[in-house]
Amino acid sequence: MAGGIKKFVVGSFDDEAVLFPAVKNVRRAGYKIHDVYTPFPIHGLDHAMGLRETSLHTAGFIYGITGTTTALACMSWIFTKDWPLNIGGKPHFALPAWIPITFELTVLFAAVGMVLSFCYLCQLSPFVKKHHFHLRATDDLFVMAIECTEKTNDAEVEAFLQRAGAKEVNVQHAETGWWIGRYDREQKLYADAEKGY
Amino acid sequence: MSTSFELPGNYKKWTMGLIGAGLIALLYGLIAFHPFEHAAHGENINSTRFWAVLLQNSVFFLLICNASMFFIGVTTLAMGGWQVALKRVPEAISSVVPVLGIITFVVLMSIVWGGRTDIFHWLDKEAVAGDRVLNGKKGFLNPVFFSVWSTITIFLWWFIGRKMRSFSIESDKTGPMDYETGKKWINKNILWASFFIVFFGLTVGSTIPWLWIMSIDAHWYSTMFSWYTFASSFVAGMSLIALFVVFLKNRGQLEYVTDEHLHDVGKFMFAFSIFWTYLWFSQYMLIWYANIPEETGYFKIRVQGPFRGIFFLNLVLNFVCPLLIFMKKSPKRNWTLVTFMGVLIIFGHWIDFWQMVMPGTLGAHAELMPFEFGIAALFIGIIMWRVGVYFSSYPLTARNHPFLKESIIHHT
Repeated sequence: MAGGIKKFVVGSFDDEAVLFPAVKNVRRAGYKIHDVYTPFPIHGLDHAMGLRETSLHTAGFIYGITGTTTALACMSWIFTKDWPLNIGGKPHFALPAWIPITFELTVLFAAVGMVLSFCYLCQLSPFVKKHHFHLRATDDLFVMAIECTEKTNDAEVEAFLQRAGAKEVNVQHAETGWWIGRYDREQKLYADAEKGY
Repeated sequence: MSTSFELPGNYKKWTMGLIGAGLIALLYGLIAFHPFEHAAHGENINSTRFWAVLLQNSVFFLLICNASMFFIGVTTLAMGGWQVALKRVPEAISSVVPVLGIITFVVLMSIVWGGRTDIFHWLDKEAVAGDRVLNGKKGFLNPVFFSVWSTITIFLWWFIGRKMRSFSIESDKTGPMDYETGKKWINKNILWASFFIVFFGLTVGSTIPWLWIMSIDAHWYSTMFSWYTFASSFVAGMSLIALFVVFLKNRGQLEYVTDEHLHDVGKFMFAFSIFWTYLWFSQYMLIWYANIPEETGYFKIRVQGPFRGIFFLNLVLNFVCPLLIFMKKSPKRNWTLVTFMGVLIIFGHWIDFWQMVMPGTLGAHAELMPFEFGIAALFIGIIMWRVGVYFSSYPLTARNHPFLKESIIHHT
């Protein structure tokens, strides 16, 4: 339970056109948006939420050159030092012939590395449990979770979201981190935790 | 906003200066290089140099200007909307095609009908008769087919391109289009764009680089050569578009063009640099691996002979630089860097064309001297002159294009 239990005010919107101004207004009012969960990627939402640009492509570049280096180092060592063979009279250091393999390994490293990094950043993995703010976030609702501090008046936030056009507003206590577990067990987790509040 | 754009005085000065410098170089070549003296291969180097340089420059600059019409064609067929805000720029560049087309035609015809066997070895009838390989290619490589097909090609590039431009100009007069008119107008564009693309495939995509450039090394052939040439001319053509977009934006024109549009043009420059490398490598590696004498001859002079430096410089300029400089998002949105890369890529592919033409014609006597750059300046000046005329004759934004709004709100 890395993140600890936090309190959230959750507003669900059924229209993208209402969501955008709502995100802007919530930010302008100074509330902290934990995240917005949408059924599909929405162009420009990251801008509206003020998220910084991802570093995933930098990671991808590093994975890529790791692949390039691995391929070239491996092949040049094998073909010139470890087990030199005469292949069609070509030089042992046959760079043009290695380019396709180098290319493939570059792509493979970059692709696999980026997928794994992406899963890690989004806290996705088999057997990992995360709190769902609203099940319909994967279907037809845009769900905005606002994180509360001790000073936050949640009734005020709820009213604010209502005014911004949310169809459903409620307060939830949730684990922000991720943990090993399965969705069909440990149903009582939050109820136990709520005793502390 | 005024409808016509006043060209700045500096632009006119540069245009005149480049054309002037080019004409001096041309005149110098005409006097000093004795271009009309007959010469067999390697006999009269100066005379060969004159025609080889003209061939390289005229074909290169004609192809990169024609690439603009290809860009308009593909974006039209793909129902693209983002490019509408800057569509007048490729239109203006494609309006250079008739001028450069005529120049290229004159150069090609002088070479072919002037019997310049030092440029095109297949023009030598005696050599062809005693040569099994060239004899087999006689149906394709002969002056009559060469002339007829070149004429048709240049004529249709000009004709279909003019048609596409006229639709765009006509939309300035008709005013905003309603749904039905807009649909009809788009369909008309699609029809002519498809004619252009099909014909482009038959010419730049296959036969024209074979005839105009590959036949210099008459014994050698590569089925990949035309795509390689196309990639070269297209990436340089996109760079030319980028340069003129930056120029106009600096002059306060193209009000709807933002970083987003520049980013997309930059993506084309980046992606097609990689595509060019892919074709370059595919051609090179297969020949290197198979190691068949009649094929490796082409690369022997380039990789191991006097062109070694240029051969690797070509790869650095056109692959390593775009790959490393243009990979991230921010350089593609940086107007200064895009300008720098535009110049670099155009120069790189000019060098690429230079190393396609020179080894088979001049061999070890090839030079990169003021004469070569002077002739290039002549062509750049002509492009600037024609593009300037187009810019000052028509509005710089295609205001009534049905997809203009899509371009204004474009977001990558």
